Amino acid sequence: MSENSNPHGQTTGHVWDDTLAELTNPPPKWWMWGLHASWILVLVYGIYYPAWPLLDTYTKGIAGWSSIKEYKEDLKEVESIRAPYEQKLKGMSAAAILQDAELKEYVSRSAKVLFGDNCAACHGSGGQGNPGFPSLVDDDWLYGGTIEAIMQSITNGRKGMMPKMGGQQLTAEEIDKLANAIYNGKVTEEPLYMAKGCVGCHGPDGKGMQALGSANLVDKIWRFKAEDQLASIKYTITHGVNDPTDPKTRKAEMPAWSGRLDETQIKKLAVYVHQLGGGQ
Amino acid sequence: MSETAGSTTPKYEDDIYEEAANWHVNTGDEKIHAKRVTGKWRRLKWITHSVWLILFFGPYLRWNGRQAVLFDIPNRQFHIFDITILPQDVWMLALVLLFFAMLLAAVTSIAGRVYCGFFCFQTAWTDVFTWLEEKIEGPPAKRRKLEEGPWTAEKARKLGLKWFVWLLISVLTGISFVAWFTDAYQLWHDLFTGQASSVAYGVIALFTAGTFTLAGKLREQTCFWLCPYARIQGVMYDKETILPTYDFNRGEPRGRLKKGKVPEGQGDCIDCKQCVAVCPTGIDIRMGQQEGCITCALCIDACDAVMEKIGKPKGLIRYASLDEMEGKHQLPLYKRPRPLIYLTILSLAVAGIIYGLTHLGTIELKVLHERAPLFVQLSDGSIQNKYRVKILNKTDKDFHVKITAEGIEGMQLKGAEEPLYARKGNDTSYTLYIKAPSSAIKAERTPITFRATGIEDPTQQAVYESMFFAPR
Repeated sequence: MSENSNPHGQTTGHVWDDTLAELTNPPPKWWMWGLHASWILVLVYGIYYPAWPLLDTYTKGIAGWSSIKEYKEDLKEVESIRAPYEQKLKGMSAAAILQDAELKEYVSRSAKVLFGDNCAACHGSGGQGNPGFPSLVDDDWLYGGTIEAIMQSITNGRKGMMPKMGGQQLTAEEIDKLANAIYNGKVTEEPLYMAKGCVGCHGPDGKGMQALGSANLVDKIWRFKAEDQLASIKYTITHGVNDPTDPKTRKAEMPAWSGRLDETQIKKLAVYVHQLGGGQ
Repeated sequence: MSETAGSTTPKYEDDIYEEAANWHVNTGDEKIHAKRVTGKWRRLKWITHSVWLILFFGPYLRWNGRQAVLFDIPNRQFHIFDITILPQDVWMLALVLLFFAMLLAAVTSIAGRVYCGFFCFQTAWTDVFTWLEEKIEGPPAKRRKLEEGPWTAEKARKLGLKWFVWLLISVLTGISFVAWFTDAYQLWHDLFTGQASSVAYGVIALFTAGTFTLAGKLREQTCFWLCPYARIQGVMYDKETILPTYDFNRGEPRGRLKKGKVPEGQGDCIDCKQCVAVCPTGIDIRMGQQEGCITCALCIDACDAVMEKIGKPKGLIRYASLDEMEGKHQLPLYKRPRPLIYLTILSLAVAGIIYGLTHLGTIELKVLHERAPLFVQLSDGSIQNKYRVKILNKTDKDFHVKITAEGIEGMQLKGAEEPLYARKGNDTSYTLYIKAPSSAIKAERTPITFRATGIEDPTQQAVYESMFFAPR
């Protein structure tokens, strides 16, 4: 770019193909400044920040900066934003939180992580349930959908029991009859329902009993949902749920969380689950 | 090929290098000390430069108890008099950028680098800086002498004074810039008590250094080598663009005056080099259009003054197009496709901005459908969907909103029985549910219209279309 009125001026003296010569123009000054600024920057960076690998460690840099420290500082910032809410939550009951629109919204946003870490593995990321694991978003609750009942379920866990009815209790034909009645939502009209004692746990109206955690047999929601729902119902009747005498029994246990989560966390999860859509 | 190439190379070589030898490229080796002229373009330049006074005085304007124009970045609000712009309205910024890009293209295609010559901050600040330089150090010849001369007390005093004044302007530029982004009066208070934010100090320092270097030291080098505009001007001009042009038909062959007169057979250009002397970028306009020309038109003033003195008509250098120089017919402006296309896009952008500003509204509604799960079957067989509703309150007062929804017969909106509270200048979000009887659901996806109506002011309305999902 500088002035080269005579391009044949200073050359290295090497000539190729008779005409091609190499000029010895120095690089422009600004370019040299750039070069020097670059290596000085590398030096300063190397001293200021952690940079150079050594045999079993690395240089720590005089700034004392580390990525984990930066992460922790950022985390502290997030926590300071949450602090006023968290402070309020501590002294409140779950039912009171539900009454406070702002806190309720805060919990149903922030407890998503808690739910994801502890509950989603069985109940699904949105609480929609999985085969064998009940949905938390509908309005059908085995043990009740009030905030207190949900708190109870999380704190102490739940393990219902239904004895196996296959073999000695019911013949295959009877199981077939009962299953079909349940499938059609008309189990209370089936005489076997009374005669074989199903009514004892599932109630005269077939809606189950929340004290026992027995399933509602007349609504549209299946505790053990499957492609072939009729077969699933027969299986449940035959082998029962959590019946220790039958190795093929259905296993359905919600573990207790009181030892693993603190009270505030359980409270938050209860509010979160209540707000998933089916809380009562 | 090598044989023929060998025989023809020297000829081309000579041609190429002959041109190269005459071509002076300004790389800042020699500092340009332009002579200052008077004239109508010079006057116009001062007037257009004074647009930048807005930068210095604008922030102190108050409106309804706050700064009239405030780009409040920490709070994510732009205040422009009565208008408040939130991040949600920023699509208008794209139109504003489009508007200015098109304005630049349109103006450039009509009359060249008008922006560079008359409005650009680089030109304006350099102009003021060199004006001060002349006031302190004297005319160009004196300045060159001072520059080359040894360091004396006189030189130190003059340079020191100049740098001090430049620095003062630079600092003021920095503070004025920052004042658009924070309360201007508070900023001055904070700056002097040392309480301003480190960002403010940093930006002021950057602007001070930038202004001082760009306007004081780099000057025309910025236009030559830093600014992309000089690079792309070639595609924005055409032969119909009017630019400060030397009328070579009239001027050539150039030659000096003899006995105070233009000799017989000689053109009107008396080769006095005044046009070169006044050029802030140090080019010779008589060599035609070139990247160094910022079309500041000072050479026109200089040449006209000379023409007047020697009794020749003005306009040897004037705003003219290449077509005019070549004696071609010139299309009127409204028949030239390029300016028309530019102006059309420009008008569309303006229409969009005006629509945006007049339809800002005070309330905005966003409804996000919950995806996991898309829908829930309830025990009575009805279907429930979950929605996150965000109410944006653009006013500076808290208010309440009633949310309603319609789309499916017999459906029920849960969670919005009471009016919902919307925090001022912010988003407030709520979780709502829609429950619909399965008998009323006709399709897998049904459109749902959510409507928000202000409780305190029912004219505040916002609508959002969402979906209701159901099993197949």
